[in-house]
Amino acid sequence: MLNFMAMLADPNMQWIFFGCLLLGLSSGVIGSFSYLRKQSLVGDTLAHAALPGICIAFMLTGVKSIGIFLIGAGIAGVIATFGIGYITRHSRLKQDAALGIVLSVFFGLGIVLLTFIQHGDYGNQSGLDKFLFGQAAAMVGSDVVTMSVICLSLVTICTLFFKQFKLISFDPGFAKGIGYPVALLEQLLMLLIVVAVVVGIQAVGVVLIAALLITPAVSARYWTNRLGVMVALSGLFGALSGALGTWVSSSVTNLPTGPVTVLAATLFFFVSVLFGPQRGLIAKRLVRLRVKKSFLLEKELRAEPMKGETAL
Amino acid sequence: MSEAAKHLRQEQGPAPLSVSGLSVAYQKKPVLKGVTFDVNEGELIGVIGPNGAGKSTMMKAALGLIPSIGGEVLVYGRPVKAQRKLIGYVPQRESVDWDFPTNALDVVLMGTYGRLGWFGRPGAKEKAQALECLEKVGMADFADRQISQLSGGQQQRVFLARALAQNAKLYFMDEPFAGVDAATEKAIITLLQELKKQGKTVIVVHHDLATVQQYFDSVLLLNVELQAYGPTAETFTQEKLQRTYGGRLAFLDHSLIQGGSGQSCDRGDRTC
Repeated sequence: MLNFMAMLADPNMQWIFFGCLLLGLSSGVIGSFSYLRKQSLVGDTLAHAALPGICIAFMLTGVKSIGIFLIGAGIAGVIATFGIGYITRHSRLKQDAALGIVLSVFFGLGIVLLTFIQHGDYGNQSGLDKFLFGQAAAMVGSDVVTMSVICLSLVTICTLFFKQFKLISFDPGFAKGIGYPVALLEQLLMLLIVVAVVVGIQAVGVVLIAALLITPAVSARYWTNRLGVMVALSGLFGALSGALGTWVSSSVTNLPTGPVTVLAATLFFFVSVLFGPQRGLIAKRLVRLRVKKSFLLEKELRAEPMKGETAL
Repeated sequence: MSEAAKHLRQEQGPAPLSVSGLSVAYQKKPVLKGVTFDVNEGELIGVIGPNGAGKSTMMKAALGLIPSIGGEVLVYGRPVKAQRKLIGYVPQRESVDWDFPTNALDVVLMGTYGRLGWFGRPGAKEKAQALECLEKVGMADFADRQISQLSGGQQQRVFLARALAQNAKLYFMDEPFAGVDAATEKAIITLLQELKKQGKTVIVVHHDLATVQQYFDSVLLLNVELQAYGPTAETFTQEKLQRTYGGRLAFLDHSLIQGGSGQSCDRGDRTC
């Protein structure tokens, strides 16, 4: 605990701590919806698709800033989404294959551009390769301010449109039937995923950011049967993962923050799988034992009147 | 339509649903061709036809859920898009994932979303309405139950309660009787009768030919094109069904159909 306070006393660490916490929170919230819409891997694809977008944005402007990267990644994300939609509609391929194709094409292009930038004459290109695996330590105050604004808007949008997002996640046909602009709302959700991904890339990297979208949501599902609670819990798990990741990585030298954050989220997942009140493995085992016991007891009671015969 | 009937129609105002020339195609293949019909107010209408006849497709296209390549759909004389609040919809039960984190009452509350506006939240009034609707389908005791822990029939009744909560005048139900237990079937038919009594119009995609005559005032026979439409007694006949189902009528028992008798076996009909 002592070094936890010490960490928070360091102004630089404060930024990183706060940034990772916000990142976990917002990706946890938006991840709940993509998980329930069975689109967990869409987040992964959009994350990988963001890489070439970021590279091109850097090549055009020569500036490293979240805002500009957001635009680049956003455009790449829209193209990737369109690509996934086009492939699933106009070929016999299912969505998983389409996601795989789009993910690898964009990521391959991203790596090519990244190498090109590193060997080219692009001035201050150092640190761009950190987007692969992320480097939370590279975050500065202004980044965290941008992140706060984005995370706050993201959570606000999810709160305002909670009813709509719930309905299009559960029953899009019915949502359309009562006149909701389902396609528009779906695109909004997709856009929010892109935003969450881009915000997280600097800390966690394109490869691991999907974990922060999926894992807190999956963990939260183990604890509740109510969507509102699930979304809140997922945000909480994400935020705690970010906090834990920053703390552990600051306590031990040379541990990367992003990957440790992902491991922390996985820890929450294991705890949830085991101890979830209804769906958890232990709870399920207990229920089965109890049912078996009462069944045997009943059998015994029924067998008792028959003298001379042993029950079972 | 006779002159007298036409006159009556004008007095009653526009039909609850008026479909003309509705056509739908998936890729190049037409699945619905030029379907035209008007439904009368306060009737229970069964939509009957073989698998792949486009029954669900017609319903979805009429509701504007899937794009049509032609045709016009009017609800009480105005385009369907402008009349959403008058329409209740019960999708097929299999169309959603019942493991969604929500309970029965919450699903029924979704029926009130349409009149809540963009940022309104369901309040005490909506909750009371939703509970009332659950009660009408005999599910009040299950209000707090996680929806995955309901039986298929109970899930279907929750969907019906949600449609009731929409408080509509025209209902579309996509196979509400599919795979439900006897208790649910009875609950649904009681509900349909009550809706009819209240003067609502209900269009039901239906599979079980044995119950058609018992349940519906009118039937609409569909197989890509409209085969026949009218009062059940005149429309649900051996000849018209034969045309609708083509050679696939083998499972059809003659005794199901009014006027059909064992005698027709003499003709060597394969439906015997």
